[in-house]
Amino acid sequence: MILVFVEDPTDELSQQAVAFARGMEEEIEAVTIDEGAEYAPATWARTLVARIEQRSPSAVMAPGTDRGNEVLAHVGAMLGQPMAANCVSVTPGDPASVLRVRWGGSLLEEAAVHGAPLLLSTAAHVVAAGPIGDVETLPVTADASELDQMVRVVERVPATTAGVSLTDADVVVSGGRGVGSAEGFAVIEELAELLGGAVGCSRAVTSAGWRPHSDQVGQTGTKISPEIYIACGISGATQHMAGCKGAKRLLAINPDGEASIFASADYAVIGDLHEVVPAISAEIRRARGG
Amino acid sequence: MNILVCVKRVPLTGGKINLTPDEQAIQTRHLGFTISPHEECGAEEAIRLVEQHGGSSTVLTLGPPEAEEQLRDMMAIGIDRGIHLLTDGTEWDPQATAAAIVEAIRGDEQAYDLILFGNESADAGNYQVAIRVAHALGLPCVNGIKAISVDGDRVRCEQEVAGGRDVYVVAVPAVVTVKEGINLPRYPSVPGRLRAKRKPVAVSTPARPESRLEMVRLVLPEGSSKQAEVLGRGAEAAPSVVQVLQEIGVV
Repeated sequence: MILVFVEDPTDELSQQAVAFARGMEEEIEAVTIDEGAEYAPATWARTLVARIEQRSPSAVMAPGTDRGNEVLAHVGAMLGQPMAANCVSVTPGDPASVLRVRWGGSLLEEAAVHGAPLLLSTAAHVVAAGPIGDVETLPVTADASELDQMVRVVERVPATTAGVSLTDADVVVSGGRGVGSAEGFAVIEELAELLGGAVGCSRAVTSAGWRPHSDQVGQTGTKISPEIYIACGISGATQHMAGCKGAKRLLAINPDGEASIFASADYAVIGDLHEVVPAISAEIRRARGG
Repeated sequence: MNILVCVKRVPLTGGKINLTPDEQAIQTRHLGFTISPHEECGAEEAIRLVEQHGGSSTVLTLGPPEAEEQLRDMMAIGIDRGIHLLTDGTEWDPQATAAAIVEAIRGDEQAYDLILFGNESADAGNYQVAIRVAHALGLPCVNGIKAISVDGDRVRCEQEVAGGRDVYVVAVPAVVTVKEGINLPRYPSVPGRLRAKRKPVAVSTPARPESRLEMVRLVLPEGSSKQAEVLGRGAEAAPSVVQVLQEIGVV
C-alpha cells in the first residue's frame, strides 16, 4: 500500500503526486490534514507517522512542494529513514531506485534508497494531474509533543501586491546583466506594460541591487509559466533557466549569438537590448495605431 | 546571540553542465566555486543579527580541503570563526551530513541560540539536513524563511506563501532555514579578506557512514536543445517580433 500525503486536494501538484502513486500499480491511500488545523510541519508529520505505524505502507509520497518536502523530511527524521526529494521516476525494490531532480532540474540523479517505508516526494509536472479520488481527512494526532507543536503558523499577513504577479503573468519581460543598470530597466518596464505583463530579472541583477529579489526568476527566485518569456540580456545560466523552463515560449534577445540561452529559445534576436526593446515597443504602438 | 550558519561548497555551473566520464560528479576543471544562494543569505543574516544583538557568528561546512575557500569567503564578510568537517570530496547523504553536523555542534564549546541553514542546497536539493539536525538536537525547526526578528528569547519568522506571509514564533535555541531574498548579502572588502585569513577555523575529520540515499550516477536531462528561429538582428527585428507576439495573441 502507498500512503500519499495530499497537501491540498485542490492543488495541481498534490493531484500530480496522487497520479504518480497510481502509476505504481499498488493500492493507494490518500490522506490530508484537517483543513482547520493551522500548518504545523512536525505535528502534521507526527500525524502521518501514526498512520504509517497503523497501516505499514511500502511507500509514503508527498508533492515536491515546500510544504510537501518539509513534512516528509520530518517523517524521515522521526522514522530514522532516508527521504528522496523531487523524484521523476521510481523502481520499487530493496533498495528502491529513484531518478531525482538536482540543480532545479538542470541535472538528474539516479539514487538507491536503502530503507522502508520508501519516502519520496514527486517533482512538479512529471505526470499529469488526474482526478484525485477519495482523500481521507486526518485529525491531527494527540501524539504530537510540545516541541512538535511549537512550530506552527500563528498569523497570516496578506500580500500587498500591485500589478501583475510574476507567477500569474501571461507575458514576462526580463532583464539580465546586459541591462547594465537599475535605470536601464526603463525599456524593459515599458515593454512589459505595453504587453500587460510582469517585469522579471536574473540573479545577477538582484545581486547588483538593480531590482528587488521579488522580481528574480530562477532556481532560488520565482518559477514562472507565462505564454511567452522575453529574456533580454540574459546569458542563460542554469540558475536562471530552472526558473523559466515552465514558459510556453522563450524569446531571447542577446548580442552574443553564442549565448547559452539561445539553446533553450524558440525565437532569437541577436542584438543589443537597448536598441531592440525600444524598437519592439515602438512597433507595438504603431501596430495599435498609436 | 550566538549563531551558527551551515554552508555547502558548490560549483558555479554557468550555462551548461558537463559530467565527469564516470558520471559521479560535475566536470569542474574550468569552474569556480561558491556556496548555495540561500546560504549566502544565511551568512549575511547571521552577521546582521550579531551586529544588532551582540554575540558571535560561526560558519560550518562539511566538505573537501578546498572548501576552506568558502569558509574564508564568509569570514571575509564578517563571520567570526569557522568549523571545517573535512571530507575526501565524495558525496555525503543527508542523514550522514546531519549526523556529522550534530556531532560537531555537541562537541563545540560554543552553545548556539540560532542554527541557520539554506532552505535547500543548490546542487543536491535534498530539503532535509536542517530538519534532521533539529530532531537530533531536540530543537524547533522553521523552514523557508524570508524575515527574522529577534525579541529576547523569541524569534519571529516570516515565510512567503501564496497570498501573503505566514508567521511563526519560536523560542531559542532554534533551527531556521532561510531563502534568498531575506536580505542582500554584502560583498567582502579588501581589509575583510585580510582579516579573514587570521580568523580561527577548527578542523576535524568525521567518519563517513554508508549512504542510505546513495547517489548511483548523475544523468543529464534529455537535451531540450531547440533550434531557435532567428527573427533578425538589432532593431530591424522588431516587426517580426511583433508578428510573433500577435500570433500568440499577446498584442
